[in-house]
Amino acid sequence: MNVLVGIKRVPATAGQITLTPDGQEIDTRYLGFTVSPHEECAVEEAVRLIEKHGGSSTVLTLGPEAAIDQLREAMALGIERAMLLETDGREWDPVATAAAMVEAIEAERAAGRTYDVVMFGNESADSAGYQVGVRVADALDLPCVTGIKALEVTNGHATVRRQTESGWEVADVPLPAVLTVKEGINLPRYPSLPGRLKAKKKEIERSTPQWQDGGLEKIRLKLPVQVGHTVEILGKDGDPGVQVVELFQRLRLL
Amino acid sequence: MLSLEVLTMAGRVALDIGRPLEAVAIGSQGAGAAGILSSYGVSTLHVADDPRLAEYAPVAWAHAIAELADQVNAEIVIGTASDRGGEVMAHVGARMQVPLAANCTEIAPGDPFIVIRQRWGGSLLEEAHIKARVKLLTLAPHALTAEASPSRTDVTTRAFTPALDDRDFRVRLVPQVEADTGKISLAQARVVVGGGRGVGSAEGFASLEELADLLGGAVGCSRAVTSLGWRPHSDQVDQTGTRIAPDLYIACGISGAIQHMVGCRAAKHILAINTDPAAPIVAQADYAVIGDVQKVLTAVNAEIKRVKAGAPSRTPA
Repeated sequence: MNVLVGIKRVPATAGQITLTPDGQEIDTRYLGFTVSPHEECAVEEAVRLIEKHGGSSTVLTLGPEAAIDQLREAMALGIERAMLLETDGREWDPVATAAAMVEAIEAERAAGRTYDVVMFGNESADSAGYQVGVRVADALDLPCVTGIKALEVTNGHATVRRQTESGWEVADVPLPAVLTVKEGINLPRYPSLPGRLKAKKKEIERSTPQWQDGGLEKIRLKLPVQVGHTVEILGKDGDPGVQVVELFQRLRLL
Repeated sequence: MLSLEVLTMAGRVALDIGRPLEAVAIGSQGAGAAGILSSYGVSTLHVADDPRLAEYAPVAWAHAIAELADQVNAEIVIGTASDRGGEVMAHVGARMQVPLAANCTEIAPGDPFIVIRQRWGGSLLEEAHIKARVKLLTLAPHALTAEASPSRTDVTTRAFTPALDDRDFRVRLVPQVEADTGKISLAQARVVVGGGRGVGSAEGFASLEELADLLGGAVGCSRAVTSLGWRPHSDQVDQTGTRIAPDLYIACGISGAIQHMVGCRAAKHILAINTDPAAPIVAQADYAVIGDVQKVLTAVNAEIKRVKAGAPSRTPA
């Protein structure tokens, strides 16, 4: 079977987000970059599918040239091929992103490469549009299940489960299908050193799609207003156990 | 699921643009909603009439909504940003070939049509313009307080039969109710004791388990802990894991990355236990103990047991 995974390069934020002075971007001068958490799990799931069923795996991203780092991370985990849809760093909204990915998948098909499973993350960590996978599925006329936390493939069908507040929902879909993954479906492995070295040497297939206006335009970013509050330090002098238990009693938890 | 927050927001927006507020009900329970809708200014309730819609089939539900939106010349379609709501609205956007603004917190209709929407789980906000013939958006939970109007409207209930074919039902999601394990769920717990890397090891969570038991709460953890394999992902509190809303969140050895804070933002109070007074979690907590997690929890658990055994509380030295 053939599996395609769509990923996104996002800043690795820590304790606080800082914006650039023009409010257009997160200030990433002191930040690293990573793959969105749900997509890390999608990559792992793709590698496991191929380990179990055989076939080939491909990773696809739309982003700046630097997103090659994230493609290589995915290849270090076991993905074989990587495709970069290179942008000039401008933001692409979900409609435009999905359209470029559909175009790439159709070009693959024209070249004789078809996919049984196309995976995405449920939503990206940064812009969180919750829709690229759905739009790709719609354009390719494929069934789609979002937010899955378990996947079993047998005889050209995928049985997927997703979590709800009261338990689980189950669906059985014929392949090919688009599946968007939620973190927790697996625990991604760490890349091995040989895996990293191999990934470094691999070729990245690049193309440059045309930017389009998808109709959702980012004007500016802003940080939510922080309500000022003070912290009461307990146990500074005396037994922290006693003071914490007094707090529990004050909050009527004991 | 009926969201009163969405109804409240939709009512305000409808008033703002001078259009009637209409609602669409899909699924088996929808038709019974007219009573509630009359308190939120709804003029017409459209009930999708197709027995196949009784169970959840995202594409079919979306195509019914898209068809109705065209029929009534909807200018704006608002849904809730729940798992199902977000999924259905994404399909509506794909079907109608218009953009969707997910997780909005504010809407200012007009030209341009402005929304404020959440990024990074709400740690960052985006002001965006929606440019489309029909504006689609989902409303983030807790964006506003639901408010019924003092006067009731007469709701006209109208059935419509969307043109759906079998392909729209390729994906059906069937609920599978889990046996009640008797364990207090993370999302519902009144007290959550969360552990981070500072707990030290998987075994180190024993003291957190004990504290959670003593308080009748649940144990959670940070993403670092899940990645280390110390706890299952079902314990993970953050943007991509479980979001909690306890009366008290006790964050033990957790630094407080923004993704983690998204997961515990709805806690009424936060108590941080951390060796580092400069950790971001300490600045965002209501109470903090600066010290080693295991030492502090040993003292706390011993004191709870003393108090529960009927011993008088010791006054601090």
